[in-house]
Amino acid sequence: MRARVFVTLKPSVFDPQGTTVADALHTLGYAAVRNVRQGKYFELDIDAQTAEDARKLASEAADKLLANPVIESYRIEVGNA
Amino acid sequence: MTAIEQAIAQHGLTREEYQRIVERLGREPTLTELGIFSVMWSEHCSYKSSRVHLRTLPTTGKRVLQGPGENAGAVDIGDGLAAVFKIESHNHPSFIEPYQGAATGVGGIIRDIFTMGARPIALLNSLRFGPLDDPLVRRTFAGVVAGIAGYGNSIGIPTVGGEIAFDESYTGNPLVNVFCLGIARADEIVRGVASGAGNAVYYVGAKTGRDGIHGATMASAEFDERSAEKRPAVQVGDPFMEKLLLEACLEVMKTGALVGIQDMGAAGLTCSTCEMGSRGGAGVEIDVSLVPQRESGMTPYEIMLSESQERMLLVVRQGREAEVERIFDKWDLHAVRIGTVTTDGRLRVRDHGSLMAEIPNAALTDEAPVYHRPMARPRYLDEAQQLSLAALGAPAPPKEVFLRLLASPGVASKRWVYRQYDHMVRTNTLVVPGMGAGVVRIKGTTRALALSLDGNGRFAYLDPFAGAQLAVAEAARNVACAGGQPIGATNCLNFGNPERAEIMWQFARAVEGMGAACRALEIPITGGNVSLYNETDGRAVLPTPVIGVVGLLEQAEHAVRRAFRTEGDAIVLLGEARAELGGSEYVKVMHGLVRGVPPVLDLAREAALQRVLIEGASSGVIRSAHDCAEGGLAVTLAECCFDTGLGADVRVPALEAAVADYADVAALFGESASRVVVAVSAERTAELLALAAREGVPAEVIGRVGGERIHLAVSGRTVVDERLADAERVWSSGIDRYFERQQAIA
Amino acid sequence: MKFAVVVFPGSNCDHDAYYAVEHVLGQEAAFVWHKDTSLGGADVVVLPGGFAHGDYLRTGAIARFSPIMQAVQAFADAGGPVLGICNGFQVLLEAGLLPGAMLRNRSVKFQCEHVFVRVEQTHTPFTMACRQGQVLRIPIAHGEGNYYAEPAVVERLEQNRQVVFRYTTAAGEVTDAANPNGSVHNIAGLCNERRNVVGLMPHPERACELAVGSADGLLLFDSVVRALTQGVLATAR
Repeated sequence: MRARVFVTLKPSVFDPQGTTVADALHTLGYAAVRNVRQGKYFELDIDAQTAEDARKLASEAADKLLANPVIESYRIEVGNA
Repeated sequence: MTAIEQAIAQHGLTREEYQRIVERLGREPTLTELGIFSVMWSEHCSYKSSRVHLRTLPTTGKRVLQGPGENAGAVDIGDGLAAVFKIESHNHPSFIEPYQGAATGVGGIIRDIFTMGARPIALLNSLRFGPLDDPLVRRTFAGVVAGIAGYGNSIGIPTVGGEIAFDESYTGNPLVNVFCLGIARADEIVRGVASGAGNAVYYVGAKTGRDGIHGATMASAEFDERSAEKRPAVQVGDPFMEKLLLEACLEVMKTGALVGIQDMGAAGLTCSTCEMGSRGGAGVEIDVSLVPQRESGMTPYEIMLSESQERMLLVVRQGREAEVERIFDKWDLHAVRIGTVTTDGRLRVRDHGSLMAEIPNAALTDEAPVYHRPMARPRYLDEAQQLSLAALGAPAPPKEVFLRLLASPGVASKRWVYRQYDHMVRTNTLVVPGMGAGVVRIKGTTRALALSLDGNGRFAYLDPFAGAQLAVAEAARNVACAGGQPIGATNCLNFGNPERAEIMWQFARAVEGMGAACRALEIPITGGNVSLYNETDGRAVLPTPVIGVVGLLEQAEHAVRRAFRTEGDAIVLLGEARAELGGSEYVKVMHGLVRGVPPVLDLAREAALQRVLIEGASSGVIRSAHDCAEGGLAVTLAECCFDTGLGADVRVPALEAAVADYADVAALFGESASRVVVAVSAERTAELLALAAREGVPAEVIGRVGGERIHLAVSGRTVVDERLADAERVWSSGIDRYFERQQAIA
Repeated sequence: MKFAVVVFPGSNCDHDAYYAVEHVLGQEAAFVWHKDTSLGGADVVVLPGGFAHGDYLRTGAIARFSPIMQAVQAFADAGGPVLGICNGFQVLLEAGLLPGAMLRNRSVKFQCEHVFVRVEQTHTPFTMACRQGQVLRIPIAHGEGNYYAEPAVVERLEQNRQVVFRYTTAAGEVTDAANPNGSVHNIAGLCNERRNVVGLMPHPERACELAVGSADGLLLFDSVVRALTQGVLATAR
């Protein structure tokens, strides 16, 4: 199974990289881009019988290592590798 | 075109070269062998165009422990220690992918140093870019700086200095030259040799992928509009892996279990196996199926030519294998035995046992082609050397010129750049970037080393011989200003396409000039790098010979900085000016021209000046010293004022110029060589003047340190009178202004 | 007095901390490898700067799982003095020994320069030799030193007087211009509630000799020697 983990900064946390990218897009003429938030994306290939098992493991990995709960939150998608 | 002709062309070989391969092997080469020959006979690895000229450089001296031909050069610095150093270019990769190109350049030069058994303690860089008002240049510039920072900072080696210049010719072909220096025990220098039949050949470090295949041949080709498609040939650096390799290799070397070691840099496994075998007079046999691989389905050809970064090849003494493996395991690195040293002087490559390539090492190294390429004095020279001041019209007022020059990115503060470099890690940095030559102390001794990289493409364009001499003189002078005795040098020669006679002439003249200057100043060149084919769409960069000079201070605490330190000190000008504006920053910035002849250099006078500087530093009579370079005396004085915020009141020596209107301009902004501004206390002024007189160096008290203004007068007339804070604002924002937030990435 | 300098793969200020302790301070220093499980009877633990595990994922995120961190945790729980410098501070945050997290500098760039920090609290083992409000000149060298914590957490830090260092001007004023990285409340360093664990982004070990630009950082090391000699802290083993 493949779990996709999307880690993003919590909405309340300032994101200097996202702000810089947004500024750059504006100078390139993309005025319609209102805001940019930068995040991280992980692909976990997991030996698991069911999607539920894979999700459980990915969620543990995210809690323990992939995301820092002080500043980040995450979302998981599970599918076939 | 036949299939073979096509294969030859794709490998960047000529038909004659292919014929030589067939004769040497006594048969047609296999594809793997063709690949191996193509990288080893590329300009980058073989120096086939430059070798005949490089042989003329002075490479020996009483302190030289290792000259050219090894991973790096080494000089004796006393206390049983050696300074191991080298410069490398990473120009082409840095244009294609600025961050990774520059980062892997840093990674490569660091490996060259620690493979010699030296712990790297300082990095410097010399960079060239197009004008910053071009958004593409800004992106390249920001990417290169970030890449250098990203690698050097992470691995924990301070970047203590460097230089940056801008010219249109570098727009599509930036220059990224990186220098590293390390310290080793003089009697424990490790070399890149394979010897002792039966000894194990080990591979350690990152896994091999398809990245950078034909990087060496890419570095030997011009850019054209299709270069962007060559992106896959760029390597990606992993400074963390390299940090582990560095620590593990230094630990392994201490055991004495190593015979030799070499980085898999350009031309990867190919270059390291045949060069180590060649140096040791031995053969090397490997099986590529044992090489750790990152991608599946790699062919022997790809494995041999991959330029994946952070990989080392080691030869380990028989019976000591377990000990070596244990140390690498400690660092979570897994050393893998991939082959054996043999007696027959051949490189033999197997894949799961079947023979894929078998080539005598000598055919790849010593017997690589050597060309005496045709040379011709460039046609542009006669016209370019003419600088008619009268034709330029009346000069702008000195105050305006002064501020324009301070704001010019070539002159302006480079803080935007060096603030991104960790220049303090290892706590040895006595003189930080932006204060003259970088100075690092050698812990455990009283000594320190002063390091400077210099080059002036405009001067070299107008007269390659003089330009190269001036570069040597300036680098040595910068080191001497800091109090260091120059003891060794490394060079990086950046030129265009050597198959053009005019470029080859520039190259040959520059090497002659560099050799003459190094001989006169008694500075041996212990190694370096040549980067050719620096062209975009047939237009070459300014010929840019860069030299890195290493200077030794017996007492670290005698290190001299450029900033004025004490109110009331006398300002003394050492050396003499002529009305020389050829190739100057003034002519470039105010008139957009690169014209005239470079300043005259008298090497005997230069040597005398440097003796005064070194003695003046060690006796403590000189409190600060700064050499006059781009922007002339006026800019030099301003830079002496900026760091401490102490002003200066100076009577600038008047000059006579062929065009009377330009007399003040020449006096203030002319770039005559062999001049240094020093500060000295009132009580010791006579002592300094006597020292200068003894060496026959002209010396004149031209003013006094103090106040909050920079006031310059010529023949009693005030020509510049600025609040220091205002001038400093202009100078310190010269580069920053291009990187205001909205421009940060665009 | 024995200092343990913990070495993670990728630590690069470990030698600097060692040198400062052994050769400038004149105390005993020993490297402790991250795979070790014992601190070797040290009186003080220093987590040095660098890029532990390449700072991949997040600064300090992987290092906190190193075997030695259990010993560091136990040492801290027993009241032993722990100093986290730069990357070491980041490891302490990830390990939960100190509250909060680090974001990229607001300049989005690595910054290496001398800054001024004001000593806000002298009641810690690493600041007791300082004067309250004393301004120290110490270098920073980081790309992610933009300290962040939830407003309620910051509030609690301030109330408990856990903010130990704040970025200020040379005159000791807290201004936005004096804040090099965007840290909330100009926070440069803090301590835990028990006050024995201190983390800061600036590098005191780089400021122990005038020859390299400043000796102000030595005060932190002097402090802990004094703290242990005077028995202010119950030494933890």
